Amino acid sequence: MSTPQSSDAKSSERGQYLSFALGTDEYAIEILRVQEILSICPITALPQTPPHVRGVMNLRGAVVPVIDMRGALGLATEPYGKFTVIIVLSVKGRTVGFVVDSVSDVLSFDESAIERSPDLGGRVDASLVSGIARTQDRFVVLLDTDRVVGADVPFGLAA
Amino acid sequence: MSEINIDMDGLLEMFFEEAEEHLTAFENGLLELEDAPGNLEVVARIFRAAHSIKGASGTFGLTEVTRFTHALETVLDRLRAGSLAYSRELAQVFLPSVDVLRGLVRAAREGTAAPPEAAQIRLALEAFVHTVPVTTTSTEPVAVKSGARDVIVRVLPKLEFMSRGMDPLAILRDLADFGEIVSRDVDATSVPELDVLDPEQMHLSFRIGLRTEKTDAEIAEVFAFVDDLCAFKIEEVAVPVRAAATEIEPAPVEPGPVTVKDAANSAKNPGAPAGTIRVSTEKVDKLLDLVSEIVIAQAMIVDATRDRGNEAETRLNEALLSLDRHTRELQERVMSIRMVPLASVFGRLPRMVRDLASAVGKKVRLVVEGEGTEIDKSMVEQLSDPLTHLVRNAVDHGLEFPEDRIKKGKPEEGIVRIRAFHQGGNVIIEVSDDGKGLDTAQIRDKAERLGFVSPEAVLTSEQIHDFIFHAGFSTAAKVTDVSGRGVGMDVVKRNVEALKGSLSLSTQLGSGTAMRLRLPLTLAIVDGLAVRVGRQTFVVPLLSVLESFRPSPAQVRGVLGTSEVIDMRGTSVPMVRLHELMSEPDAERDPSRALLCIVEANGTNLALLVDDVIGQAQFVVKSLEVNYRKVNYLMGATILGDGRVAMIIDVQSLARNTPRAGAITDVSALASHSASEAA
Repeated sequence: MSTPQSSDAKSSERGQYLSFALGTDEYAIEILRVQEILSICPITALPQTPPHVRGVMNLRGAVVPVIDMRGALGLATEPYGKFTVIIVLSVKGRTVGFVVDSVSDVLSFDESAIERSPDLGGRVDASLVSGIARTQDRFVVLLDTDRVVGADVPFGLAA
Repeated sequence: MSEINIDMDGLLEMFFEEAEEHLTAFENGLLELEDAPGNLEVVARIFRAAHSIKGASGTFGLTEVTRFTHALETVLDRLRAGSLAYSRELAQVFLPSVDVLRGLVRAAREGTAAPPEAAQIRLALEAFVHTVPVTTTSTEPVAVKSGARDVIVRVLPKLEFMSRGMDPLAILRDLADFGEIVSRDVDATSVPELDVLDPEQMHLSFRIGLRTEKTDAEIAEVFAFVDDLCAFKIEEVAVPVRAAATEIEPAPVEPGPVTVKDAANSAKNPGAPAGTIRVSTEKVDKLLDLVSEIVIAQAMIVDATRDRGNEAETRLNEALLSLDRHTRELQERVMSIRMVPLASVFGRLPRMVRDLASAVGKKVRLVVEGEGTEIDKSMVEQLSDPLTHLVRNAVDHGLEFPEDRIKKGKPEEGIVRIRAFHQGGNVIIEVSDDGKGLDTAQIRDKAERLGFVSPEAVLTSEQIHDFIFHAGFSTAAKVTDVSGRGVGMDVVKRNVEALKGSLSLSTQLGSGTAMRLRLPLTLAIVDGLAVRVGRQTFVVPLLSVLESFRPSPAQVRGVLGTSEVIDMRGTSVPMVRLHELMSEPDAERDPSRALLCIVEANGTNLALLVDDVIGQAQFVVKSLEVNYRKVNYLMGATILGDGRVAMIIDVQSLARNTPRAGAITDVSALASHSASEAA
C-alpha cells in the first residue's frame, strides 16, 4: 500500500496486486480495488443466503456483506485462524468484505508474465480467474475481481 | 471559466426545479379560473408564475422558453388588465400551453427536441393579443397605483457581460415589467471603432427611467443572476406627493430556501432519483443553534471529567443528560430537513382528475385537504404513482355517471376527497369518493370463480374486499367488467408496501369507498422492538407489533400437521418460528418456554416465536441493498449500541409468505363445520 510515488509510471505497464493465501495456494487481486484490510470482527448472519455469505459487518456505520473467499471460489471452508483477515474491496460502488486465510504481499507483474487462459485442472471456478502469474519462485492465481464480487453481489441494482 | 460553468449548472438546475413548481401553480390556477373566470387574484398568481419562468429563462438564454412564456404573459397581462375575458376558447389554448411549456422546459433540461406543437400553440396565444382591439397604447398596461415612485436605474454591464450568454435585453424587459418606463437612454459613447470592435464584448450601458411600486431591493433582484457581470445604480428622482405618506414596503423577510444536495437519499435508496431539497432557512438556523448547544454540552462533560468527587459526578450526569436530549433533537431536526409537504404530489392531481372526468363523461369535484402534511422527500416521489392510481380509480370506477347519480338522488357532481394528516408518527392519506361503493357479493362471486377461495369458506366482508388487492383479480375485472374498481390495485398495494406502509379500504354499497394509506414519516428511522432469538438480536417494527406474551402449551396447535397456529381468544394466528427462518441454531424451540410477539400486516396477524423481548427504541435503517442485495423477510439492518449489526424484520413479506388467516379460517368455525358434517 505504501508504494513509492515513482512507481506511478511503471504501474501502468506492471499491474499491482495484493496477494493472499487460501491454504497453501496463493491468490491475488488488483490492488486498486482494495479499500482496506481488517482483522476478523463480529459478523451478523443473514438469513436466506448461500452459506459462504457469512453475513454483514459494521464498517464505520456502513453495513457491508462479508463473503468467505474459500466458499466463493468453491473450496472447502476452514475455521478462522489467527491470521484470518477481511479484505474490503470496492467494486462498482459496492463495498464488500472477503474473508481470506491471510494476506501476503503486494506484487507487481509484467503483462508478459501473466498467462491469460490457464488450465487450473478444475481446482477453482475458471470463470473467476483472470490469469496465472509465474515468477521464479511463485505461482499466483489472479482473480477477476468483478466476477468474484458479482457472483454474490448483483451489480444491476447499484445506484 | 470552468468554475463559472459549474456554478451556472447549479443555478440552472435550480431554475428547472423552480420552473416545475411554477408550472404546477400555473396549471392549478388555470383550473381555478374555470370555476371563477373573473378572479383577478388567480390571474395575478398565474401571471407571476409565467413571469418568473420567463425572467429566469431569459437569464439562462433558453430562448424557446422565453418566447413562449412571453406570449403567455402578454395574454395574461390583458386578462389582468381586464381587456380580455377568460373565455372557453382561451381555456382551450391555455391548458395545452401548460403542457407545451412543461415540454419546453424539459427539452431544455434534457437537451431534447422541443414539443412539435409549441409553435402552433404560441401562434394561437398570439392571436388573442391581436384579434381583440387594444384599448391601451403600446406602453405597458400595468396599473400604476399610489405607491409608485420614479427611479432611474442605471444598467452598467461589464465588457465580458455576454461571455455567459446573458442577454442585456432580458434585464431591461424585467425592469419594464415592474411598472411604467418613463424614459430610456442608451449610452453608446464607449463603443469602439468598427475595426477594433469585439462583437462579443458589451460596450453599451443603459439609463432607464421607471415609475414603479417596487422597492430598491426588489429591483436589485433583477440583477441577482448577473451581479458579477453587471453593475447597477438605482436613484430616486422625485417622490410623488401622494406616495410620500405611503410606507415603502420592506424587502421580504420570509425565510428563503437553500438547497441541500440529497446525497443521503441516493445512498439509501438505490435506483431512487437523487435530487435536491429546498429547505427553509429557518430549519437550517434551528440546526445551527442546536449544534452549538451540543458543543456546549460536550464542553461541560470535558470540564466535569477533570474533577473527581460527588459534585463532579452530578455535573457529569447533568451534562450527559443534556447531551442526550440535544443529540436526539438534532437527529429529529436533521430528519425534518428531508420532510417536504405532500402538496408537491397533490399538485398534479387536479389536472389529472379534470382530464379523466371529461374523458369518461363524469362530473367530478376534487377536494384536497392537508396538503401541508410533511413526509420524507424520498417517499413523496414514490407516492405519486400509487396516489394517482387511487384517484384515477375513484373517478373511473368509484363514481357513477351523472344520470345514474341523479336517479339515485345524489348530486350530479361526484366528490373525490383526498385528506392527509399525521396520526401517531404516521402519515395517513385517504382517498374517498361518494360513488357506488363495492359490491361484496359480486366480489365474492368473482373470487370463487377465479379459485381464490372455496364457496364454503367463511369470510368477513373485509376479507372479501381484500380480494381486490389480489394480483390477477383486477385483470379479470377488466375483462368481465363486473365490479369495475380494482384496476392494478395489487400494484398500488405493492408500491405502498415498498414504502413500509399499508393500504386498507372501507366501503358502503351505494354511498362510496375510502382507501386509507398509512405510511411512516420516513424510511430512515424506525421505531422498533428489539427481540432476541438465540444469540442474535432482531428488530421488529413497532408499527406492526400488537402484543407479546408467553403462550400456555394448550394454545399451540398444529393444523393439518404442517403449519402451527396459536389459539388467541378463539381466533387462530399462524406461528412463525423466527429461529428456523433466520437459521439460528441456539434458540428456544418450545413456545411455552419462549415468547410470542404478535404482529399485524395487511389485516393478517402472525405470532413470531422469539426467546426474549429486549426493549423498544429507535433504529436507524441501513439498507442491505447499498452493498449487497435485498434479502427475503428483512427490510434492512441497523447498528446496535455495541456496534453489532442487527436485522430488521419485514413483517409484510413474512405475512405474504405465511398461509393467510383467511385460508385457515378460525378454529371454532372449523370445529362447528366438521360437527355438522358428522351429524
